[in-house]
Amino acid sequence: MIVPFGHVLILAGILFLMGIFCVLVRRNLIMMVLGVEIMLNGASIAFVAAALRWQHLEGQVFVLFILAVAAAEVSVGLALIVYAYRRTGSFDPARYNLLK
Amino acid sequence: MTLYAIIFYVLAAVIVVTTGLAITRRNLVHVVVYLVFSFFGSAMLFYLFGAPLLAVLEVIIYAGAIMILFLFIIMMVKTETFEERLFPFRQWLPVALIGVVYLVIGALIVSSAPGNQVMLKIALARPEAFGEYLFQRHWLAIEIISLLLLVALVGALYLGRKKAEDDI
Repeated sequence: MIVPFGHVLILAGILFLMGIFCVLVRRNLIMMVLGVEIMLNGASIAFVAAALRWQHLEGQVFVLFILAVAAAEVSVGLALIVYAYRRTGSFDPARYNLLK
Repeated sequence: MTLYAIIFYVLAAVIVVTTGLAITRRNLVHVVVYLVFSFFGSAMLFYLFGAPLLAVLEVIIYAGAIMILFLFIIMMVKTETFEERLFPFRQWLPVALIGVVYLVIGALIVSSAPGNQVMLKIALARPEAFGEYLFQRHWLAIEIISLLLLVALVGALYLGRKKAEDDI
């Protein structure tokens, strides 16, 4: 016996909200991508707890896919950020206001 | 309260505190180090929930590869040359309020919904069983994911290369 399933869901929800807060409030592209990572991590915790709750491996399989998607997303996202930094010299999303 | 419950609450507190510290720091290197602590806590949580393979993968991929990638980028570009201005308080105050409302409602729903009071039982998914299940049921998804990683590799290479003339 560990804990009620609901406590794990609340922990995952708090992590997800922290990720949303990081994405919306920080004015820095790197911090925004990190916020997405935090959100994915919260979702992973919920999935693993659900796999234990129903004694089924499906949730753990999903966490594996989340890991792979997070790795792909981070590599492309950081390459885009570096590209944008080379062009504008800033990480501030409000500075990206040129179409050229 | 069993030993496992104590471990869970301690790990949850550590994860929430380190993540909260991470999203409020100004120095990006500190942010990454705090997040590494957070992901280590998540990995131990996965182990507690009976997913040892996922715990190891979390340490290798999240705390290892992804965070080191962020550290590379942070150290490659000079982030300390400009001061990050936060959005004005009145702009993100509604976001914070709505977030708190959602958190309260979510906690109420979670605490009252039937089935959420079920105590999690200790179980262990052996890596062999996990791998067999994965490759018997989800082999197509594995192929798609590997294709996605290949596309991401090509895309990152294309975006990150240095151009001879910057005319595009």
